[in-house]
Amino acid sequence: MSDYKHIGKDFVPPDIMGKVTGKAKYAEDFRVDGMVYARMYTSPMAHGRVTNIDTSAAEAMEGVVGILTAEDVPATDAPSAAILTNTPAYIGDPILAVAAEDEKTAENALASIRIDIEPLPFVTDPLDSLVAGGPDAREEGNVYVRSQEGSGFRTVKWTKEQVDEFRAGREPGGEYANEWSYGDLEKGFADARVIIEEPFVTIGYAHMSMEPRTAMAYWQNGTCYMHASCQSQSFFMPGLAAMLGVETKDVVLISENTGGGFGSKIGAYPIVGLAGYFSKKIGRPVQLRVTREQEYYMGSARVGFQGWIKIGFAADGRATAADVFIVEDIGPNATGGDASSAGGAISLVYDPEAMRFRGLPILTNTTPRGAQRGPGQNQIAAVMAPLMDKAAKQLGIDRLQIRRVNAVQNDTTVYAGQEPVTSAYMDEALQQGAEMFDWETRKNQAKRNGSKVRGLGIGQGYHSAGTNGFDGLVRITPDGKIHLHSGIGNLGTYSFASTSRVAAEVLKCEWDDCVIHHGSTEANLPWNSYQAGSVSTFTQTRTNYVAAMDAVDKMKRIAAETLGGTPDDYDIDGQRVFRIGTPAQGMSYGAVAARAIQLGGAYSGQTYPEDIHEITQRSVQNLAGSGLIGVAKDKLERNGVIPGLACAFVEIELDLETGKYDILDYVGIADCGTVLHPQGLAQQMKGGAVWGMGMAGLERHVYDPQNGLPANVGFHECRIPTYMDVPSVIQVGAVDLPDPQNPVGARGIGEPAMGCSVAALTSAISDALDGHIFGRTPISADMIVNHVAGLDQSFKPLQTNNS
Amino acid sequence: MNPRLSRRRFIKAVIASSAAAAANSGITSAVAKDRPTGAVERLISLNINGRTRRVDVLPQEMLAYTLRYKLGLTGTKIGCNRGECGACTVIIDGVTNYSCSTLTHSVRSRKVLTIEGLQSAEGALHPVQQAFIDELSPQCGFCTPGQVMSAVALLEENPTPTREEARQALSGNLCRCGAYDHYLNGVMRASGQNS
Repeated sequence: MSDYKHIGKDFVPPDIMGKVTGKAKYAEDFRVDGMVYARMYTSPMAHGRVTNIDTSAAEAMEGVVGILTAEDVPATDAPSAAILTNTPAYIGDPILAVAAEDEKTAENALASIRIDIEPLPFVTDPLDSLVAGGPDAREEGNVYVRSQEGSGFRTVKWTKEQVDEFRAGREPGGEYANEWSYGDLEKGFADARVIIEEPFVTIGYAHMSMEPRTAMAYWQNGTCYMHASCQSQSFFMPGLAAMLGVETKDVVLISENTGGGFGSKIGAYPIVGLAGYFSKKIGRPVQLRVTREQEYYMGSARVGFQGWIKIGFAADGRATAADVFIVEDIGPNATGGDASSAGGAISLVYDPEAMRFRGLPILTNTTPRGAQRGPGQNQIAAVMAPLMDKAAKQLGIDRLQIRRVNAVQNDTTVYAGQEPVTSAYMDEALQQGAEMFDWETRKNQAKRNGSKVRGLGIGQGYHSAGTNGFDGLVRITPDGKIHLHSGIGNLGTYSFASTSRVAAEVLKCEWDDCVIHHGSTEANLPWNSYQAGSVSTFTQTRTNYVAAMDAVDKMKRIAAETLGGTPDDYDIDGQRVFRIGTPAQGMSYGAVAARAIQLGGAYSGQTYPEDIHEITQRSVQNLAGSGLIGVAKDKLERNGVIPGLACAFVEIELDLETGKYDILDYVGIADCGTVLHPQGLAQQMKGGAVWGMGMAGLERHVYDPQNGLPANVGFHECRIPTYMDVPSVIQVGAVDLPDPQNPVGARGIGEPAMGCSVAALTSAISDALDGHIFGRTPISADMIVNHVAGLDQSFKPLQTNNS
Repeated sequence: MNPRLSRRRFIKAVIASSAAAAANSGITSAVAKDRPTGAVERLISLNINGRTRRVDVLPQEMLAYTLRYKLGLTGTKIGCNRGECGACTVIIDGVTNYSCSTLTHSVRSRKVLTIEGLQSAEGALHPVQQAFIDELSPQCGFCTPGQVMSAVALLEENPTPTREEARQALSGNLCRCGAYDHYLNGVMRASGQNS
């Protein structure tokens, strides 16, 4: 792959200068004339019904500009999140908002508002709702099932005996809501030499992006201008328009920098709607910036699991059957879908010959859930790693070997439909990691030194890492500049820039002559994917490729029209299109662009393909006549699951007296196809490792079961990892083998980078404790101390959210 | 002294301009002219990035607010507003402080350095800024100004820190993207040591 000019090379992303100088503007850094400040009144109750609102004192206050209530915004059907609600379903659910000339006045106004709320039953632990007679998080039911056949509420109750059986680690016998399977499960277990059966809990926790989200909206001539913290750019717009009740063409979204997302800002979220409606109502620009505490409430959280798994292995370590049952905590808004994804991850990463998944999504009155870095895949990665170790021990084989035997390969089929994968090199990643970590030497070293015990762990991470069908847009102007238009968004991975380099690669041009346009609808951006789900790399490299190929094709045609011959007689290099064999005969990119403008038509964007999205169409219309336009929809081959894969090796030193452990060494290996941007990949692998360390030992929801109050709404309470919680050096590498279904061979990595980390740690902790399986994340120091001392844990089996 | 520019007229003029800034600040519309008699002096001089800035400051006002909303220095970020995350870190008389938790009145006679004050007059980047670019240290960038300020303060005091010393020095700055390793690489590079 060394003949690439840009692919696989580091570069200085255009947005990094603003980040190190403080000049980068995030949503809250913008001010416009006449702007007023909104603050929200949020529910102090976990579940209730508003019976009376008295805003008279607030309305009389000097400086108060307006009040927005649920009556001013479109009603949404439960359990979907409302912009404002009179039936709050979690503490922090927004009920109304006040706009004032300044925030202080808005807060004083909020304090003067009297809201009567009739309390309703609430629940914070799904099993407390599942047991007969238990409270339901919503009046409509305690379960919400989303399926293609139709979504809806259900009320599902198990007998106390059934819940107790589940808590005791036995196969759940109660009703479930969704199921899929493949292969002959019975035969698989019959063929197994060893069967491992374990219950598990993974507790949810908040996303807690560094930037508390802000939305600032104003309307001009029927168009809503929105400054917001968004992961995605173009993809955010149709949802935003729908939320505001306008057409997509009537929103302008400005989101050049976003202070982290991790799944919590993928599509339009309620407070952008709030700012939009409020601004419309009062005729002033409205800024709503949430507090850190509110970011906890409405910033989304990872879905929690309570589950049971049984998995069988043949004598050589091959997985013969897997049976998994997951009760999924989907919060108040029935958001998630993590459980089935976890099942999919089992089928792909461990490739059991037969498998069954059963799931039951239960509503709770906790903070709303959403996709969080590896939603489902990463929870189950943490659960699976120590089980693989236990099986290896019982079979008498190496812990690395049992993973290699089951590693996903190019010909592995996955998921319920036993679909193909585009490519997969997990075995190569495991071998590379084992060598870098020196697994063979370390596994034989002494473990115990006084109260300190060494533990080694191996983890594997997976997330589907790509999608297709979006548009690419490039433009060459008469000054010779190459304009790369990216609508993917900018949540901080630099992928908007690194994927744009594929267009530069195809156009064989200098990076210094390229200009990336992004961050605002007014930058004329194409319809691009959501920036989430590890998809940017695979998806955006394809859109940039097809747009650049279109530009190359047009340049050759223009050259043939201008200089004679046929387009096939021409090639490009050195930012010229020239006649093959007589390179002196040619035109510079600038000259071709000028000629494109003269010729018009598709060359300069006067016409465009019919199959491009309306957002791309409008951008091309705006750019028409300004240069040579390369625009196309990605219709390249895509067949099968696109796996992003990673593995990690870790060594910890655990103190049996304190229950604390230090992470001594960490090696993470990515299988993300061709490496597109080495520094960016290293960042994702290391950042993902840090996230895994947080999930393994630190982060969790804690709710007071009596009142439903969250106990950890700030950074330190949420315990996101600090410099001192993680090793100061994290080693990473990559397999760097191309994926055949991407024009430059690249796939995504953001989420597997975390899954392998949390799995390696649960594996290492188990190893340090003679194979003890907690079956729970996070594994806190007190759990370790209790275990070592032979004491009961402070929670009952499968208890969650308040343990 | 120019008789037309009396102290009273001068203060009135500054109050008027500060009032405009305060009204636009979004914290509070209350301005110095409203203050009760005997209250703390509100029209104060601050030394920010080597320049003297006259600004109308409420008694309870925090420095992060003054910087961001009255002086337009939005490079200083507010991530938590409760002294947990370090995104608002500035250097006061050579020492890092969380500006969200520092009363503006307490820095009246002190030198405040923010992210905006690091580049030379010619626009050259501070070695820490350049090293953070070279090491691709930031991810989302929201914590970056705070990380830069902590690194700058460290290198002023200890030009060749060990990696462990750098880790300790920056430990008051959270990064949700988990870019700690890359920031430490940046600090080591800025100190002239191989990362």
